[in-house]
Amino acid sequence: MKIRTFSIGGIHPEENKLSNDAATQVAALPVQAIFPLSQHIGAPAKPVVAKGDKVKVGTMIAEAGGFVSAPIYSSVSGTVLKIDTAVDATGYRKPAIIINVDGDEWEKSIDRSNKLETVEEHPELTPEEIVNRIKVAGVTGMGGAGFPTFIKLCPPPTAKAECVIINAVECEPYITADYRLMLEKSDEILVGLELLMKAAKVTRGYIGIETNKPQAIELLADKCAKKFGGSAYEVEVVPLKQRYPQGGEKQLVDAVINRQVPAPPAIPVNVGAIVQNVGTAFAVYEAVMKHKPLFERYTTVTGKKLRQPGNYLVRMGTPMKDLIAVCGGMPEEDSKVLAGGPMMGKALTSTDVPVCKGTNSVTILSGEDAVRKEPQPCIRCAKCVSACPMGLEPYLLAKLSAVSNWERCESEDIVSCIECGSCQFTCPAHRPLLDNIRLGKQTVMGIIRSRQAKK
Amino acid sequence: MNFMMIAVAVLGVIGLVAALVLYVCSKKFAVYEDPRISQVAALLPGANCGGCGFAGCSALAEALVKGADAGSLDGISCPVGGQEVMGKVADLLGMAIANGDPMVAVVRCGGTCELRQKVVSYDGLRSCAAMNACGAGETGCGFGCLGCGDCVSACQFDAIHMNPETGLPEVDEDRCTACGACAKACPRHVIELRKKGVKGRRVYVECVNKDKGAVAMKACKAACIGCGKCAKECPFGAITVENNVSYIDYTKCRLCRKCMAVCPTHAIKAVNFPAPKPKAEVQTEATPSAVKPAAQPKASTTTKQEEEQA
Repeated sequence: MKIRTFSIGGIHPEENKLSNDAATQVAALPVQAIFPLSQHIGAPAKPVVAKGDKVKVGTMIAEAGGFVSAPIYSSVSGTVLKIDTAVDATGYRKPAIIINVDGDEWEKSIDRSNKLETVEEHPELTPEEIVNRIKVAGVTGMGGAGFPTFIKLCPPPTAKAECVIINAVECEPYITADYRLMLEKSDEILVGLELLMKAAKVTRGYIGIETNKPQAIELLADKCAKKFGGSAYEVEVVPLKQRYPQGGEKQLVDAVINRQVPAPPAIPVNVGAIVQNVGTAFAVYEAVMKHKPLFERYTTVTGKKLRQPGNYLVRMGTPMKDLIAVCGGMPEEDSKVLAGGPMMGKALTSTDVPVCKGTNSVTILSGEDAVRKEPQPCIRCAKCVSACPMGLEPYLLAKLSAVSNWERCESEDIVSCIECGSCQFTCPAHRPLLDNIRLGKQTVMGIIRSRQAKK
Repeated sequence: MNFMMIAVAVLGVIGLVAALVLYVCSKKFAVYEDPRISQVAALLPGANCGGCGFAGCSALAEALVKGADAGSLDGISCPVGGQEVMGKVADLLGMAIANGDPMVAVVRCGGTCELRQKVVSYDGLRSCAAMNACGAGETGCGFGCLGCGDCVSACQFDAIHMNPETGLPEVDEDRCTACGACAKACPRHVIELRKKGVKGRRVYVECVNKDKGAVAMKACKAACIGCGKCAKECPFGAITVENNVSYIDYTKCRLCRKCMAVCPTHAIKAVNFPAPKPKAEVQTEATPSAVKPAAQPKASTTTKQEEEQA
């Protein structure tokens, strides 16, 4: 079988999948759970509980604050302490609901059995019903960005979905949560994929997995053949060559079905693909079949200097310091704690930050790994140009942004940048390319928005 | 000879025709520009700083002439040239201008390195905008000065500089033209244009932290905790507390400085006031715990008297 990958750019950082063989453990309940109201792309959720209210596991505590938004459910049972601000992964204090945990009482509506439900057993599940249940359960993309899942399943009238691609790439170094999930919950994931395909009214499905996870490829390919062989669905497990950022939607679409998503505002569905993370597929299964809203997730806690890196099934709202403590506590050296992996993760200013819907990993970089090297002058080697998976010229964009030449930034397509950091990773002069580009991208996007508002 | 005559005649005819065409064009397609625009532009400083809100000095001149035709120059002025230049412009246009108060940029953050400890370190691009985009910065305060000096590079008049000891920018009042470039460059909106005040005296809250008191205090010892004592104390109703931060309205403030005395975190700052009299200093030494409350009211009464005399 020919091993595919995306067509331009990309890098291969050291994998450091330290917790590959650590079976997922259930993390302890926190003493106090913090639920930021903005855990997804779009409008923040609106609280529907007040101070002193009793909540159970699975009680809705905040409703969707707009169309592009998602409700938030309590992951613990206890009493609402207050609705206040708390530091989240952005580093700023944002509105949040804080709940004091007391016991572990679940809402009756949630099915807690381990029985594998299948789509055939539930004829009541029409595509609309599936989308509705996903929406109600507050499922958002579990890969990091956190876009509400139901919106992706209802493409704009101009586009027509042809296939669902499950993103099981996990190209980011260190993270193993998706890998463990695939090994441990493969049947549920496949039912989740079937639900997604039914909801999107398509019959083709792909599961993209990098070749550094041979066990997962074998297991899923085997189960796919058994499950979908002879059915109306065509599902294929696609082994992909290890290359970062293969987990980016556009790169994955390119790698799996060899179609190129045009520049923004085009999205993968414009070329017929709906991309969902493997964690999202599992969350969809639980939401639709078990009536279980999204309030817990698989998260990797890792770091070279961490005594015991591991994978955990974490209730959202658990402060990261609790997880770090379970893994042996913070390393003694100066360290950098990231929500996410070393490439796309966000450096945190406090370990009180809670695990949210999009927290796929808590990565701790220590010592030399935690600090940047001194930037040197650009030597015009153009390594960043070859590394850019979007075909941009990072050195030029960074320069244009540094001198505030926004018109040129726009004409050089700065808004196509996916902020993967490949350019900065590959730069031998350690230049802060992405910092500058990100700044320029934000400014240019602001200019474009204000121009559209004027029209 | 003959050749020469032909050449002269041909060239002469071409010249005449061209002159005629040019003459007709210049009459027919003439663009009328009010001569006053160039006259006004000549009076303006010509720095093209954009501080007035227009795209350079000639755009402002155009707006001024338009304003004069409409009957009012309100809201259109050159902050750099100030009263002097605007007076000349008004004379030229035959208008009277409202006496706008001279303004100055004020840094509303008192979080020095000492009072606001670093909690994390940042080693990315040294730019406030970049730092602001990726988190709260190096200290626990998500509202205050980030200290990378975006305001310094934005200033075209060399009027703002970083003080390496405090890590905060300082405005050179004599050079500041109140163009507002620094205020625009600051991603945290820490810099504000305020009335320069009589003899440069002004009182302002040196903090923009909107967190609740305890949180703000934890991040910075000089933070405004929004307790509202100053608002109660102010006899002129110039102080409002909104979003846990106090704000002094410079149009209402009469510089009595009673608010300073009651502020528990000394977040209110007064500049260019004369030092308190020696008597007050003696008191200071005797009762260090009551330093500010005891010393300040005395000082404020003296200034009031001075102002009345002035």
